Amino acid sequence: MALLVVEDLHKRYGKEEVLRGVSFVLERGETKVIIGPSGTGKSTLLRCINRLTEPDRGRIWLNGVEVTSPRTNIYKIRAQIGFVFQDFNLFTHLTALDNVRLGLIRVKGMGKREATERAMRELERVGLGDKADAYPAQLSGGQQQRVSIARALAMDPKLILFDEPTSALDPELIGEVLQVMIELAEGGMTMLVVTHEMGFARSVADEIIFMEKGVIVEQGPPEVLFTNPRVPRTAEFLRKITEFYGESG
Amino acid sequence: MELIFRWEWLPQLGKGLVLTVELTAACISIGAVLGLILAIARLYGRNVVYWLASAYVQFFRGTPLLVQLFMVHFGLAGWGIRLSPLFSGIIAMGLNTAAYQAEYFRGAIQAVKRGQALAALSLGMTRWQTIRYVILPQALRLVLPAWSTELVYMLKYTSIVYLIGLPDLMGIGRTIASHNFRFFEIYAVVALIYLALVLLITFALRYVEARIRVPGLGTVR
Repeated sequence: MALLVVEDLHKRYGKEEVLRGVSFVLERGETKVIIGPSGTGKSTLLRCINRLTEPDRGRIWLNGVEVTSPRTNIYKIRAQIGFVFQDFNLFTHLTALDNVRLGLIRVKGMGKREATERAMRELERVGLGDKADAYPAQLSGGQQQRVSIARALAMDPKLILFDEPTSALDPELIGEVLQVMIELAEGGMTMLVVTHEMGFARSVADEIIFMEKGVIVEQGPPEVLFTNPRVPRTAEFLRKITEFYGESG
Repeated sequence: MELIFRWEWLPQLGKGLVLTVELTAACISIGAVLGLILAIARLYGRNVVYWLASAYVQFFRGTPLLVQLFMVHFGLAGWGIRLSPLFSGIIAMGLNTAAYQAEYFRGAIQAVKRGQALAALSLGMTRWQTIRYVILPQALRLVLPAWSTELVYMLKYTSIVYLIGLPDLMGIGRTIASHNFRFFEIYAVVALIYLALVLLITFALRYVEARIRVPGLGTVR
């Protein structure tokens, strides 16, 4: 059974239909990368998966539990799904350590000592053990994003959703965040990543999903999508974005 | 005309000062608790809760404090509800400052970036946990400058309670002056005491502000 199953997801904001029937599955340990032009519902899709945004129609299962069922405790589901935001959203009033600790203490009910040890381990894992006492404003964008990944990791998530994790970063800071993500993928973490980093998509993704105007246009392994896409529109998009962003990163 | 000053005024005024401070502390505390509830009701409440909270804020901000005080003290007495002057003063001013504080709290909560709540919810925190551990700690830091202003206002506004017979700083001053007719000197001393208190509060809160300041969390006015 797949870890995540998304079936016929629809979402409308006023007149605009942002998601028009999106379906896919994500296996345990798999990394899928979602690409596509801006405003095609990629972020909305991620937010529907942990119901930060309520989908209008369609169903989602995590590990066999229906996320979209009204009887499901959504807080328990969210605690199992890490979410990494484009603009980090670290808690401004808390140090890096407290950012990582908060969910452990308040959601998982962990004792302070245990939570501290766990949080420190995660901060060290992303290379920021020495920044535990720094506030978000005292960290660079890349460091903030790594703390936010540590915050997600500490919760022992079954799956981590990345919503354009490097789009708000200065170019020279993108690499350190991607490096952490590559290590996670290699370590067997299940990840769903919205990004424009084609280098990352090509080298790390097990499968790439190309979305446009609220639907999945094409999905498949990177070597197929990049070299021999089935749909002409996919080829056109990949050519343009590779020209624009380059393949590095 | 020669200015005179008598040291024996001070112990009497001191008693009034104690009442003024107690009154201010009582009504500002009531107002803080009620104001926070009202702010949350206006921001997160639906239908009836929202409208009741909004009507409350509009009423207490849209009518004079003195009228509110007289309604509580004399108005309710007409209905058989007789409140002591002290109790009337605390209630009327507590209810009044709650409306103002509610608006300050509301502004500060709105100033907390939207992504903060999203991040908290994404960790599996409930709405209430999100408010308690993420939104309020930031909002309370943001509100402090505006809240300090409100505290200073209330301290000064308590002086109207002499009109319902309370011997606060203003009331005592008035009593002394009506006996010896040294209106200018007495009220000048009263004014200086208020000023000293205002400065003390201002500096104390500035100290608190500096103590709880967090880098990157600016203040809003």
